[in-house]
Amino acid sequence: MDLVSEDRLAKMQPVEKIRFIIDEVKDGKILVLEKGLTPEEEATLIEMTMTQIEPDDFAGIEMESYPSQTDKSLLGKLLKKNVVRTRLTVIGPANKLKTLKKDRDMISALVSSK
Amino acid sequence: MGVMGSFKKFFKRLFNKKNARIGIYGPPNAGKTTLANRILRDWTGDAMGSVSHVAHETRRARRREGVTIQSNGGSISLDIIDTPGLATKIDFHEFMELGMNEAESKRRAKEATEGVIEAVKWLENLDGVILVMDATEDPYTQVNVTVIGNMEARNLPLLIVANKTDLPESSATSIREAFPQHPMVAISALEGKNIDTFYDEVAKRFG
Ligand SMILES: Nc1nc2c(ncn2[C@@H]2O[C@H](COP(=O)(O)OP(=O)(O)OP(=O)(O)O)[C@@H](O)[C@H]2O)c(=O)[nH]1
Ligand SMILES: [Mg+2]
Repeated sequence: MDLVSEDRLAKMQPVEKIRFIIDEVKDGKILVLEKGLTPEEEATLIEMTMTQIEPDDFAGIEMESYPSQTDKSLLGKLLKKNVVRTRLTVIGPANKLKTLKKDRDMISALVSSK
Repeated sequence: MGVMGSFKKFFKRLFNKKNARIGIYGPPNAGKTTLANRILRDWTGDAMGSVSHVAHETRRARRREGVTIQSNGGSISLDIIDTPGLATKIDFHEFMELGMNEAESKRRAKEATEGVIEAVKWLENLDGVILVMDATEDPYTQVNVTVIGNMEARNLPLLIVANKTDLPESSATSIREAFPQHPMVAISALEGKNIDTFYDEVAKRFG
């Protein structure tokens, strides 16, 4: 299991970030991202995952993050875009990582070695 | 369509305010198409698409323009998009377990991946989202979290639907508790339970 610090990801461009995650997960790694991804990055990651699915080879990812918190600041209102505070996220191959239970502030996951 | 038809359409676009585009989103099997069919049947008389207990039945987004919904004395015209169920994984073995042969299952899985991509792309071209959740399932799925996050980031209106409340094991309360910051309406898209409240909420949120 790899713990990925906020700094490590912050240095990457969004495309690099998504590529890095996909490559690691396809290698069978489970990543714990300290700071998580923005909702837009999560959507891009889902898209990219879909292009990588191969029967009998890669069935996709399991991803677990907490509902993000939106900062409804005045600046956000002016820009018509809210600042979303991202939170810890766990990402792994769908055949290895199973979410057992999740609620507002706790994620229980089961990692299997197949 | 002839030249006159195109002209008419062009002028209609020019002078009529554009309808709000509302996407129906959610995990596979939540009842999105069942709800879309009900909306269209109630207000236009036709249907949106096919429904199945096998996940990823909708593998292409479908749009119906100009659906006029009346509620509480007001009326609102919407373009409604029924989207393929969003997922982070698709395993063709699941379809084989439901009795499809291997080739068919692999084809369905392939089309399903394309459907998910299409649904994600549509997110950027919407004015609002109806997020359908199966009230018999755990609401904290990644798909739900990601859709809500994207709508919040863009400051777009969202209405959460707790569906399948006709089933005894359903719990609309757990959906409300999971996402308390957004309006929610509990319905049965299949039986039509509470559908008038749903239309009122749609008019309120997207009007
Ligand atoms: N009991 C019950 N079943 C429902 C309800 N709404 C939908 N269903 C059933 O759930 C299954 C899935 O319904 P669909 O409308 O195809 O779901 P969907 O979200 O469009 O699914 P995909 O297109 O595969 O993503 C079908 O068997 C429906 O009959 C409901 O309110 N109550
Ligand atoms: Mg459908």
